[in-house]
Amino acid sequence: MNGEVIGGYLMPYQPLPVLAPEANPGWASLAKSAEAIRAEIEASGADLLLLFSTRWVSIIGHQMQADPNPEWWVVDEDFHEFGTLHYSLRMDPELATCYRDTARARGLHARTVAYHGFPLDIGTITTLRLINPDNRIPASVVSCNAYSDRAETLVLGKAAADAVRKTGRKAIAIGVTALSDRMFSRWIDPGEDRIHSQKDDEWNRKLLELLDDGRLEDVSQLAREFSRQANGDSRMKAIWWLAATMGQHNNYAGTVFDYQPVWGTGAAMVGLQPDERDAGDLEYDEDDAEFFHGDRNVLATQANE
Amino acid sequence: MSHPGRIVAGVLSPHPPHLIYASNPEQNEPRSSQAGAWNGLLDGYEKLRAELASVDYDVLIVHTPHWKTHTGHHFLGVPHFEGKSVDPVFPNLFRYNFRLDVDVELSEAIHDEAEAAGLSTRMMRNPEFRVDYGTITSCHLVHPALNKPVVAISSARTAFDYSNAAGDQEMLALGQATRRAIAATGRRALCLASNSLSHRHFTEEPEDPEDPAFEHAYNANQTAWDRHILALMRAGESRRIFDEMPDYTEQCVAETKDGCLSWLLAAMDFPTMAAKLHGYGTVIGTGNAVVSWNLDAAREEVGV
Repeated sequence: MNGEVIGGYLMPYQPLPVLAPEANPGWASLAKSAEAIRAEIEASGADLLLLFSTRWVSIIGHQMQADPNPEWWVVDEDFHEFGTLHYSLRMDPELATCYRDTARARGLHARTVAYHGFPLDIGTITTLRLINPDNRIPASVVSCNAYSDRAETLVLGKAAADAVRKTGRKAIAIGVTALSDRMFSRWIDPGEDRIHSQKDDEWNRKLLELLDDGRLEDVSQLAREFSRQANGDSRMKAIWWLAATMGQHNNYAGTVFDYQPVWGTGAAMVGLQPDERDAGDLEYDEDDAEFFHGDRNVLATQANE
Repeated sequence: MSHPGRIVAGVLSPHPPHLIYASNPEQNEPRSSQAGAWNGLLDGYEKLRAELASVDYDVLIVHTPHWKTHTGHHFLGVPHFEGKSVDPVFPNLFRYNFRLDVDVELSEAIHDEAEAAGLSTRMMRNPEFRVDYGTITSCHLVHPALNKPVVAISSARTAFDYSNAAGDQEMLALGQATRRAIAATGRRALCLASNSLSHRHFTEEPEDPEDPAFEHAYNANQTAWDRHILALMRAGESRRIFDEMPDYTEQCVAETKDGCLSWLLAAMDFPTMAAKLHGYGTVIGTGNAVVSWNLDAAREEVGV
């Protein structure tokens, strides 16, 4: 089989655009913008939504959701008073199993999970509610390891592309992540929501300018600096994963569908479609990795010698 | 009674779900091999329960690292919860059917005291809220019957959003607010800090998660720091622990970053009595200690 990743998106993880769009025009705007993304995906002919969510944190390697129909509900840890999200989702267990195997083939510790009552993360549920509310397209989601660095996350992305090819899927890759991830640490009037600081806002806009140009790999190269400057969500692992899954280049047509504050964080919806144009000379500083060689536990090694 | 409302004891009661898995209680679906990787900690909890058998208390108050709130300090405000708790990190080990009663009056009293102290606070009133597995695990291990009400306090992300020191200062205020609320409501409270100590995990798991051949500390740095903190506990130097907490948290990747231990020490007003270490062991590389400060016993000893 010869599957391919036919496009990619960035989606924010915050549930407020789904739970309370009426409370803030920016939240309502995000919910509205998701309709355009939904239409674009439906027109693409995709048969898989392949998600990496920063809200599903794992410790033991990388977990792939393999329950064909996870059903439960989630109440946000902070925003419990805005209500409950009940879900019944359609997943692609065959892809999850293949993804586990391709990840293992690249040296990663990986496993599938399929347990009744397993708490799917708020980012996955929110994203799928917004862009795939009728479960028209099956989905797959992989966890975000708390300890993984850039190299490990790139390998995870490449394993995702391997799995798509092997299973013959036409996949849309989706990184579920905030940009700047500084929430207000107090309760705010939702109507007064804004990006936490001007600096965060400026960094977000710089990133979005590059993404609007389709320069995903440039953004991936910039991710560490962005995280330092703007408290990037989970060190921007979703960007690393998305760039690796989509081939590590800049040849995309980018669309910034929306950018709004959600409780201080930078919430952006961005689309990236493969494009023939060349973004120009590429100068990449970061190393690449094809295989994961395990944790670099230097102190433990010395202790055992 | 001379102290109608008081903390009768404080406990460091780490929450690795592995310990429940290893015990094979009927509430938990997975079955363990009982190969013994965590027997030191299980024995520690057994000793703790034996000690607490002679301590009278009305309520367990638990500060948990696994209810993570960015918008300040949140408190359960629904009288009863029941359902199934599946650990998103170790779902192969922990799928636990629970029933939990909440002391809402005390919960609200702590909330009000904390708010009056200037902290950002919120009551959690959604009956569909999934109680976090840190709360459930610590309460089960300390008091398996779970027939006393609970107050659960979330872990505000101050240390993560700003600095370890800023986080600890908030926990100081929260602990003091907790103590005032307990006194005002006349409760005899058992306070639980649900955190591990050193908290760097291995990212792989053996085929039998309970294989003793696999279990050890992540590295020597973690063990050295944990030993230091435990020595201070046993020497009654809880104020010094609080003072050193930001460095410990930073250099040991300790779960104290979530604030539970700082809250507990502050709630107990930094006891100078020697803490009792019931057990120490590692769980998938992290350091965990079961420690108690039996404040009522200390009061009795000096005739207060």
